[in-house]
Order: sequence, then structure tokens, then C-alpha cells
Amino acid sequence: MPFLELKNVSKSFGGNPVLKDISLNIEKGEFVAIVGFSGTGKTTLISLIAGLLKPSHGSLMLNDLEITGPGPDRGIVFQNYSLLPWLTVFENILLAVEAVNPNWTPDKRKEHVEKYIAMVNLTPARNKLPSELSGGMRQRVSVARALAMDPQILLLDEPLSALDALTRATLQDEISRIWSQDRKTVVMITNDPDEGILLADRIIPLTAGPGATLGPEITIDLPRPRDRKEINHSARFKEIRRELITFMLNSKSERHTSITKKLILPDIEPEDLDRPPRFFTGRARPKRASEIKEETVEA
Amino acid sequence: MKENVFKKIDWLVLPLIGVAAVLILWQISCATWAKDLPTPHKTWETSKPYIVEPFAKRGEMDQGILRFTWYSLILVAKGYALALIIGTPVGFFLGLSKTFTKIFDPLIQVLRPVSPLAWLPLGLVLFMGAGKNASELGALFTIAVCSMWPTVLNTAVGVRAIPQDYLNVAKVLKLSRTKTLFKVLIPASLPYMFTGFRLSLGIAWLVIVAAEMLTGRPGVGGFLWQEYNSLIYEHIILCIVTIGVVGFILDRLMSVVERRFKTI
Ligand SMILES: Nc1ncnc2c1ncn2[C@@H]1O[C@H](COP(=O)(O)OP(=O)(O)OP(=O)(O)O)[C@@H](O)[C@H]1O
Ligand SMILES: [Mg+2]
Repeated sequence: MPFLELKNVSKSFGGNPVLKDISLNIEKGEFVAIVGFSGTGKTTLISLIAGLLKPSHGSLMLNDLEITGPGPDRGIVFQNYSLLPWLTVFENILLAVEAVNPNWTPDKRKEHVEKYIAMVNLTPARNKLPSELSGGMRQRVSVARALAMDPQILLLDEPLSALDALTRATLQDEISRIWSQDRKTVVMITNDPDEGILLADRIIPLTAGPGATLGPEITIDLPRPRDRKEINHSARFKEIRRELITFMLNSKSERHTSITKKLILPDIEPEDLDRPPRFFTGRARPKRASEIKEETVEA
Repeated sequence: MKENVFKKIDWLVLPLIGVAAVLILWQISCATWAKDLPTPHKTWETSKPYIVEPFAKRGEMDQGILRFTWYSLILVAKGYALALIIGTPVGFFLGLSKTFTKIFDPLIQVLRPVSPLAWLPLGLVLFMGAGKNASELGALFTIAVCSMWPTVLNTAVGVRAIPQDYLNVAKVLKLSRTKTLFKVLIPASLPYMFTGFRLSLGIAWLVIVAAEMLTGRPGVGGFLWQEYNSLIYEHIILCIVTIGVVGFILDRLMSVVERRFKTI
């Protein structure tokens, strides 16, 4: 029995299909990466798992229970961090810890929060407001907040996409380290195939939308711990990467050729420039084709 | 060099030029078309006892100008507090519930433009049974009803403008209603609320004069009306200037508070 199970999940917004027929099984302790182009519905997919959105069709099960709404058993790192700007780093994480562990003593909560702040190396910034932090630091707070909730599953929505390459590499290592420490089930959305291959056990492409669906998954059988420098030279890495990218590009170009363009002529008639403009009203405005009615009555 | 010196003091000089221009216009008006208008000099002479002894109390309706102002401020403070206590929650409900908005928004839009002069008689009728306190309660009612709307509407806008991201955080953490209110909804809409609070204070101060004039309560407005009836026109001008200055100071104070919350 899989830990997280998506069965034929579809989602459309007001008749516009975004996700179509998504089926996915994730085992406990697995790290699954989902790669997709921008705007294809990755955030929508994470929101469905988080319970922030309801599927139009299909069902989502966590631990054999239908997902009906959001809950702290699924820690989520939002794409745009979503820290509360009026709370400090410490308070943002404390809010989550309080919500999840209402019975803990204040001391225990505080200690717990400090532990996770230290885990993402933010102790010096613990009393700062989000507006005083860099993008990477905010991202780390967001990760710490999700981890501190000690969720059963961690949902990461492009957690690193807003960062520069160097910070990104550092945080990738950090995520990898944290994951290998307590083996949480992780679903990570990313737009960077390399990142997915470096971190995940399985990587699944999301085809280009609209009506995106999951492509064939690739099991990443590279040994752990993976070193980013070595991995770049590994033949298997290159193979996985080529397979993935080829699939994704194909899914995109298929989309392009399958778009049928219906040519619609402009609804306007040519203007008669020979007619002299009338005094005061000037030249009559051009007529729309739909306005001209055949009104010649046969005598 | 010369220009620099001027630049440094123009914040003082330029407004003074404006004041001087008005004084000259005033003087000319007294001499030409408004014969009953007291001159600036006469106004100053007659007002002097009320300004140099601002807290004197010579009789019920004969007190130093700041003493009158103080009475007015207390009344405004009560009415304004009432407006905030009622207006903020109403604004919250309007912001949170579409149904609530549909029910009450048309009503609010109709009541909002009604002048304090129209509300006051109704206030007096409402509290007729209160005897001695009727005029105070009527005035409070009027101030609260008139000054409530900016708070109501701005709070509602602020609540509607809360980014979905913050609400999602509250949902994922399954925060309780109270916690969501105090940790998310209120902090997120505070800047809007304070804009409403500032506008409401301006209106509350505007209304006080009308309320005092009609009820004859001691205060700047009551004093103004009494002196008009006693033909001491100089004091009308004294009251107008006082009301203006106090209103200005209140607005400045509120905008300092408002800006403090804007930075969040
Ligand atoms: N609440 C909504 N209402 C209507 N349409 C929506 C909503 N949320 C998302 N969409 C649409 O669904 C599509 C996918 O959006 P989504 O945010 O899931 O993309 P994404 O893959 O996360 O993009 P990005 O890589 O830019 O984060 C977009 O076309 C978007 O316009
Ligand atoms: Mg997204």
C-alpha cells in the first residue's frame, strides 16, 4: 500500500484543464522529484496534495485516508516562501510549532524552534523580520518551518528556483543532508532536471500543458551520497538527464504542432474613402460586417 | 549661497506668506464689503483673554479656549472610541463574508453620505428618556455614526486584500479562529485599518462642532454658537482657528501612527 496515492487526478479552473489524469504512488521515505515547464500546473499539483485545492476528478489518499483539506501532517514549503512579514524568523517557526504541538511546554517549544533555526544556519538572524533577510535566508526559514512541524510528508514547491546558482547548490546539499538524516517522504517540484536527479530517488516529468499529465518516471539508481562534482561525469547521470530532457522537449513540441489555429477574419468592412466627409459628423465610422444587413427588398 | 539660505527656511517663510495674504484679504474685506466682520486686530484684542488664560473658568459658557477644546476632545474621544469599537468588527465581517457584504453594503452606501446635522435630531430623539444625559448621548451617537464609515470600509478593503499566501499558511497550520484572527488577519490588514482610523478621527472632529452647536454643550462648537448669538463675532473666528489647528494636529499625530504600521 503506497503512502501517498493519486488516482486519476484532474484539475481544471473554470473549464480550463490544467492537470489531467495524474496517477502517482509514493512510498514512505521516498524522495520524488517532479520536473515541469513553467506554468504547467506544478503548484496546482502541490496544492492538491496539500489539500488547499480540491481535485475536479479523481482522488488523493494519504496513509489510506482521503485528503479533504490542508493539515500539519503535510509540511509545505511554498514557492514564494509565504512567511508572515510581521513575525520574526523565530516567531514564524514558533507559530507552526505551537499549532502542531499545543500540549508542549513553552520551554520545549522554544528549544525545538532553536534546533531547527540552527539546522538551517540562521541562528544569528533569529530575531529578524523576513523583510530583513535575503531570498535564500527566507527560503531557509520556510524550510525550517516546514521541518519543525515534523510532518509525515514534506512538499517542496520549487524551493530553490528563486536563488542564484551558488546559494542553490548550498541549499541542495542542505536539503540532501536533512533528508538523509530523518528520511522524510519528500515531494519536490523543480524546474531544474539536474537538481531533481541530484536529490531524488525517482524523477517524473510533467508534460507541457494545458492538461498536463505525468510522463514516464525514471528511477535514479545513482549511489548516495551523491557528489555534485562527480555526478556530472557519471555516464548514468548523463543518460537519465538526456532521457528526461528529450521527453520533456518532445512533449512540448507535440503540443505546438497539435494546436489547431482557427483563422478568424476581422469583423470590419473596408472604409469608402471616396465619399466626402460630411460637415459636423465627419466621415462615417467603418461598418462591422456583422452590422450590415441585406435589406434590399425585391420589388 | 543666498538661494541655499532661502531653501533652508522656506518651510517657514512660504506658509507665513500664505497667512499674510489671507490677513490682508481679510482686512480689505472688513473695509469694503463685509462691514460686520471684525478686523484681524480687533479679533486678536477680543480673543486675547481666552488665549492668554487658556484654562480659565469664568462661567459655564465663558472659559479659556483650551478648556473648551479639552471638553470637545473628551467628547470626540468617546464618540470616536465607539466608532472604532463598532466599525472595526463590522469592517472585518464585510471583508470576510461576501453574503454579509451583499446584505449591508447598499445600506452603508446610503447611510454614509447623511450629514451629522441630520443624525443629531435622531440621536436626541433616541435618548430622550435619558434626561440630563440626553444631549451627551445624542452627540456621541452622532459622532459615532458619522465617523464610523471610513473605518468600516477601509478595514473591509484591508481584509479583502490579505494575500492568499498568508491565508494558506493559516490553513496548513490549521490555526484556530482566534489565532488566525490575531496572528494573520489583524496584522495583515492593520495598515488599511489605520488609514480608516485616521480618516474617521478627522470626521469625528468635524462632527463635534455641529453636535455642540445644536445641543449647546460647553466646548469649542458650543462656544462658537453662543458667541454668534451674543453678537461677539470675533470669537467665531477664534473658534474656527482653534478647530482648524486642533484638527490639523490630530491628523498629524494619526499619520505618524499610521506610517509606523505601514512599514510592516
Ligand atoms: N486559482 C486559480 N484560478 C485559475 N487559474 C489558475 C489558478 N491557479 C493556477 N491557475 C492556472 O493554472 C496554470 C498552472 O498554474 P501553476 O501555478 O500550477 O503553474 P506552475 O507550474 O506552478 O508555474 P510556475 O513554474 O510558474 O510556478 C496556469 O495557467 C494558471 O493560470
Ligand atoms: Mg508554481
